[in-house]
Amino acid sequence: MTADVLALAASHCLNPEISAHLKSGCGYPAPSYPGSFTYGPLFQIGSFTFNKPMLLAAICAVVVVGFFWAAFAKPKIVPRGAQNLGEMGILFVRDEILRPMMGKRGDGFLPFLVALFFFIWVMNVMEIIPAAQFPGMSEIAFPAALMLMVYGTYTYLGIRHQGLGGYFRNMIPSGVPAGILVILAPVEILQYIIVRPFTLMVRLFANMFAGHILILVFTLATWYLISAGIGLLWSATSFVLTVVLTAFELLIQALQAYIFTILTAQYIGGSLEAGH
Amino acid sequence: MAAKFLAAAAAPNPLIPHWPELIIGAVAFLIVFALLAKVLMPRISKTLAERTDQIEGGLKRAEDAQTEANKVLEQYRAQLADARHEAARLREQAKEEAAQIVAQGRADGVAERQRIIDSANAQIEADRQQALTTLRAEVGSLAVELASRIVGESLADEARQSRMVDRFLTELDEEAASGVPAR
Repeated sequence: MTADVLALAASHCLNPEISAHLKSGCGYPAPSYPGSFTYGPLFQIGSFTFNKPMLLAAICAVVVVGFFWAAFAKPKIVPRGAQNLGEMGILFVRDEILRPMMGKRGDGFLPFLVALFFFIWVMNVMEIIPAAQFPGMSEIAFPAALMLMVYGTYTYLGIRHQGLGGYFRNMIPSGVPAGILVILAPVEILQYIIVRPFTLMVRLFANMFAGHILILVFTLATWYLISAGIGLLWSATSFVLTVVLTAFELLIQALQAYIFTILTAQYIGGSLEAGH
Repeated sequence: MAAKFLAAAAAPNPLIPHWPELIIGAVAFLIVFALLAKVLMPRISKTLAERTDQIEGGLKRAEDAQTEANKVLEQYRAQLADARHEAARLREQAKEEAAQIVAQGRADGVAERQRIIDSANAQIEADRQQALTTLRAEVGSLAVELASRIVGESLADEARQSRMVDRFLTELDEEAASGVPAR
C-alpha cells in the first residue's frame, strides 16, 4: 500500500510520509486510476517491462500448480492431507459448476474450469495478501486474456457442433413473430458475439477494481486521520471498516471466480447442444 | 457514457488492456491449464475411478458373501429339519418296535405259561391215574388181607372185632409213618 501512497502523494507534496497525513495539509490522498493501479517496472528487457501484476500472475500460476501438484502428483486411493483438499476443490467445480450447467458430457471441460476457477480465485485473493495487496484481476489485461480463451472456446465449439449457419441460426429464439424478429435477431446475435464476452470480462475486472479502491480508501484514511487526540476515533473507525471490507472482499473474490467459471460452463454447455 | 469515454481519452483508460500483461496472464493461465489437463487431472480421475471401483467391488463382495451365507444357512436349516424328521421317524419306529417286542414277549409268556400249565395238568392227570391204579390194586389187596384176617380170627365177640379193626388201622398208620404210601 505504501507504493500507492507514494505514487499518489508525489504529485502534491514531495515527502509522502508527511503528505499522506491530515496535518501535512496536502489533502486526502484518494486512491485513483491509474495511480493506485500502476507499478514501476520490476525489471526491463529491451522494451518489455516486467511489473508487479505480471509477477503476481506468475506467482499465482505457481501457487495453483504447486497446490494441485502436492495434491494430485501421487494420488492415493485413500486420500491424505492436500489430496483431500484438492479433491474437495475439483469435486466442488464438478458438482456445483460443471454438472448443473453442462451435465455429464461436459466432464471433458473439467480441467479447464478447475484451472479457471482456481487461477481467478488465487489472483483475486492477492488483493488481501500482505505484500501483494493487489487483485490481479483488477488489471483488465488478465480478465481479457481469460475472456478471449473462453470466447474462442465457446464460439469454436458452437460452430463445430452446430455448423457455422446453425450456430448463428440457433442464437435466434424460434417461434417469434417476424415483426419482433427484426428487432430481436440483432440483439440476440450481439448478445453472443459482443455482450457476453464483454460482460464476462468487465464483471470480474470491475468487481476487483472497485474492491481494491474500497479497501484503499479506508486503509489510507486510517493513516490519514490518525492522531493523539479525538481524531484517533475516526482513524479507528476507518480501521474497523478496513477489516470488515477485507472480510467482505474475501467473499467477493471467491464469488467472482465462481461466477466467471459458472458462466463459462453455461456458454460452453450452450454451444455443445443445438437449439436455444 | 460514450462522451465521457471520449473526454477521458487523453487519460489512461482502465478498460484498455496492456498487451504484455495480457500475454503474461494468458501464458500463466495456460501453464496452469496444461499441467492440470495433461498431468494432474488424469491422475486424480484415475484414482477416483479406482476408488469407486474398490468401493463398489467391496460392496459387491460383501453382497456375494451375504448371499453365500444365506444359502449356507438355508442348507443348514434344511439339513436340521431333515435330521429332526429322521430322529422323529426313528423314535416312532423304536417305539413301535418296542411295543411289538413287548407284545411278542407277552404272547410268548402267555403261551409258555399255558404250556407249563398244560404239561403240569397232564402230569397231575397221569400221576392221578397212576395213583388210582396203584390204589385200586392196594385197596383190593388190603381188603383181601383185612377180610382174610377177619375171617381167620374168630368173630366171636364184638370186642375182639373192634380191637382187630383198630390194630389194622394202626398198622396202616405205621406203614404210612414209615414212608410207605398210605393209599
